Amino acid sequence: MDFPKDLLYTDNDEWVRVEGDTGTVGITDYAQDQLSDVVYVEVVVSEGEVVTQGDTCATIESVKAAADVYMPVSGKIIATNEELADTPELVNSEPYGAAWLVKLELSDSSELEGLMDAAAYEKFTAEKS
Amino acid sequence: MTEPRLCELSVPGRKGFSYSALDVPVAALPDHLVREELPMPELYEVDVIRRYTRLSQLNYGIDIGFYPLGSCTMKYNPRINEETARIPGFAHVHPLQPMITTQGSLALMYQLQEWLNRIGGFAGVTLQPAAGAQGELTGVLIIRAYHADRGDSQRNKILIPDSAHGTNPATSAMSGMHVVELKSDNRGNVDLGALRAECDETLAGLMLTNPNTLGLFDEHVVEVADIVHQAGGLVYGDGANMNALLGIVRPGDLGIDILHYNLHKTFSTPHGGGGPGSGPVGVAPHLVDFLPTPVVTVIEDGDDEMAPLFGLVSPAKTIGRVKAFHGHFGMMVRAFTYMCMHGEEGLRQIAEYAVLNANYLLAKLRDSYHVPYDRVCMHEFVAEGRWSDIPDIHALDISKRLMDYGIHPPTNYFPLIVHESLMIEPTETESKQNLDAFADVMIKIAQEAQQEPELLRNAPAVTPFGRLDEVKAARDLILRCAVDSDS
Amino acid sequence: MYFPHTPTEREEMLAAIGVGQIDELFEAVPEQHRFPDLGLPPALSEMEILNEMEGLAWANDSANELPCFLGAGAYLHYIPAAVDSILRRGEFYTAYTPYQPEISQGTLQAIFDYQSLVTALTGMEVSNASHYDGATAAAEAVSMAIANFRGKRSKVILSPTLHPHYRETIHTYNPAGDITFDGEDSALNNPPEALIPLIDNQTALVIVQYPDFLGRIFDLTELADAVHEQGALLAVSVNPLALGLINPPGEFGADIVTGEGQTLGIPLAYGGPYLGIFTTREKLVRKMAGRLVGETVDNRGQRAYVLTLTAREQHIRREKATSNICTNQGLMALAATVYMSLLGKHGLKQVSSLCYHKAHYAARQIQSLNGYELWSETPFFNEFVIRCPTTVESINEHLLEHNILGGYDLGQDYPELTDHMLIAVTEMNSKEEIDDLVMVLAEVSDD
Repeated sequence: MDFPKDLLYTDNDEWVRVEGDTGTVGITDYAQDQLSDVVYVEVVVSEGEVVTQGDTCATIESVKAAADVYMPVSGKIIATNEELADTPELVNSEPYGAAWLVKLELSDSSELEGLMDAAAYEKFTAEKS
Repeated sequence: MTEPRLCELSVPGRKGFSYSALDVPVAALPDHLVREELPMPELYEVDVIRRYTRLSQLNYGIDIGFYPLGSCTMKYNPRINEETARIPGFAHVHPLQPMITTQGSLALMYQLQEWLNRIGGFAGVTLQPAAGAQGELTGVLIIRAYHADRGDSQRNKILIPDSAHGTNPATSAMSGMHVVELKSDNRGNVDLGALRAECDETLAGLMLTNPNTLGLFDEHVVEVADIVHQAGGLVYGDGANMNALLGIVRPGDLGIDILHYNLHKTFSTPHGGGGPGSGPVGVAPHLVDFLPTPVVTVIEDGDDEMAPLFGLVSPAKTIGRVKAFHGHFGMMVRAFTYMCMHGEEGLRQIAEYAVLNANYLLAKLRDSYHVPYDRVCMHEFVAEGRWSDIPDIHALDISKRLMDYGIHPPTNYFPLIVHESLMIEPTETESKQNLDAFADVMIKIAQEAQQEPELLRNAPAVTPFGRLDEVKAARDLILRCAVDSDS
Repeated sequence: MYFPHTPTEREEMLAAIGVGQIDELFEAVPEQHRFPDLGLPPALSEMEILNEMEGLAWANDSANELPCFLGAGAYLHYIPAAVDSILRRGEFYTAYTPYQPEISQGTLQAIFDYQSLVTALTGMEVSNASHYDGATAAAEAVSMAIANFRGKRSKVILSPTLHPHYRETIHTYNPAGDITFDGEDSALNNPPEALIPLIDNQTALVIVQYPDFLGRIFDLTELADAVHEQGALLAVSVNPLALGLINPPGEFGADIVTGEGQTLGIPLAYGGPYLGIFTTREKLVRKMAGRLVGETVDNRGQRAYVLTLTAREQHIRREKATSNICTNQGLMALAATVYMSLLGKHGLKQVSSLCYHKAHYAARQIQSLNGYELWSETPFFNEFVIRCPTTVESINEHLLEHNILGGYDLGQDYPELTDHMLIAVTEMNSKEEIDDLVMVLAEVSDD
């Protein structure tokens, strides 16, 4: 299981990569492993939309489960990953890379303080399973 | 082994069925409304009969062998039911005929309502719901309407134990209610502390499956109902497991306010490959006015010479209709036939033998399979389909291996509160020989899991089809094919 | 009774469990409530039951004995013998939902046939494995449209000539009042385009019936275009048998087609079980509730079928599912599958043409009677509205005295159609039966 050090994590298994005032959001290696083979990804927010921490931004389905993905932080959506509609399996193979879900302009950097770092998240997942 | 697609059987110009010639003058139809292409198959009757007969032979049903699918009550479907439902005077009655011409159907429905009342300890029954899930919806809509009628519309919270079937939360959400999950205690009962903590002025009700999905009778059920009632809520009973309670206890006596029956489980109407079901709902006196419309009632009392006159009426504060017409009448005829066949004593014996069979299997299997909530069970029990020393063997592998022995697997991966669960419900219609044979196979599979685990991982091997690629099905999404000769 | 245990076996089983009597297995049940008297009669033998049931059935007048002109959402059609012979196969009717595909390919491929046949007939792209009936299928169309817009659109326009039971069911399914309904009070003699001014950017769905409840066939192209211009969805509730003759809704752009499949080989049975048809467009498939079968392969490389997109369903989504539906109407979908396969291209066209011509013959004959008038000049399929010289109830009583089941009293649902009768004619009605109907109606008018 992979827990990249440059990311921040939520207790719903999302990650956010912060670069300046933009953030990239996806689901973790642990989450894709729990879901097993992903068959469908739907991003439900669109470019330009203003979202609040906790809003649903995507739905991910595998053959045996469905998961809603929530925004780890608030802000304005600047890009969504169109590729996943045709290649949902990227969520399994590259959860921290090609399978990013949305990019946004952060509106409240203080929200980042409530998220976990890699070590804390690794411990969190170990306790869950 | 795969049967061809319909379009591969279709031959241009072939006809399967012909009608009598037109005996009235032809009428014109405006051209712009007339359909140009009708891309339907062209088959002959023998093609059709062979196709569906051959397909039927790829199916496993109760008629073929043991079907211990937990929570589904796969009991024998008596042949007499199929005969009575097809009596022309039942099969060809239009639902909107004048009531005077449907007194036979109405009398049957009235009697069925009365008997379901007596079996459940209720004051009123609707026969309209099409299935158990629709019975649940009806029940939760009644809970909602009851509180609204009392000016208590802030009551929108439905409590659902963690062992519940997924329909319970789905139904509550569909009815605009807010769902809160309740933990079970270590004996599989509702956790009373957790229940009390959720009892406030927003409580609308509790959805309780009793016996629950572990097959266990809740040891505090009366107390649970009291706590909910004292907080102003109602108790909904999921009657999926009523087969264990016939003549044993009336849910109404335990404080259940509303309960749906599954005629296709408890009362032997066929499951039909997934429907049609039938989900009548019984209610306590304070809820009779909220039942869906219509219900059958006596309009004029009868006497020694004259039968009573039955009619359809709308309850005073009805939640409305949950479907068109009056419900699945064909299923009502079957269920009523089954009840007549058993009578008072026979109904109790159904529950007794269902519970005897389940406990007998539990006794035979508990040394080979871990049973996490191990006490006297009702009509079913839940074992774990895993062993700590063979971590890569799962409940699914055991299920698939059972097919190689000609047995339908139990329900697996439900309830969610047991890991790798195998939910086993033998029903009363199985003999001791069948149960012994099943237990022997299960014990043998447990040995195979230790000695030759690949037999389980590669199962099923002797069925016409092996394991399916479900990921491909969901990613490629082929949901239809052409059916006509031109394709 | 169906338990095979001998007294000896029972004792052996109790001994294996470790209890003396069966009663001991029920000690978790509160004692004061245990083993109640239910007050039910004693058991009957199979012979006695058959006798009893035949007696009850005899107290009905059935539509296959009397000439029947009653429709209004359920119709008497001929059911070819082949249909019931397949339905009676225990391999089909004693199976449950095909959760174990390796031993359920019969049910699965039959459902795949059903999905294929229904999409071909309606001109749509995907069909689920069915809902309960035409009413709940319409209610599910509303839930799906609302879910599609994720709560951003909350208005639903209901045609007043959508079956009254379907509209009632739609309202029952939406108790929270968070959907705004409009359109039901629109005038009955209006064409469907009269609904267009009601459609706005808050509208999620417009739902109409085709042919409508009053039997009329309207071209829905203009309505469909107007709905799409506002970004909303159009649902059309059909009588599938009519589609053997008239344009399918898929051709004029319907987004959802629902319908009552009873006309496809399912007996009247006093109202059920019937068949809820539900089809839609590929792009909406994940919003659709209900079972769905997809094609795939097994691990031996054989083409095979399996339940798919199950992540939409209640057992996974729980409180987030758009519907709580578990099963479909399996056996009824099988009946429709066998019926459609057998009739096929030629039979379906023939039966719907027979219905059409016979209904038009009946309408012309009745219209020529004193005091009776055809209410609308709009083209119709096999059902039409007649303004009567007196109450429909009294006419129907008179018809029944002559052993004829008359039409539906529209005044029950539409006050402006008091004394109007909805008359249905199918291939089951011979010219002689129609002439008898006309003769008896003439007597009423002359009285």
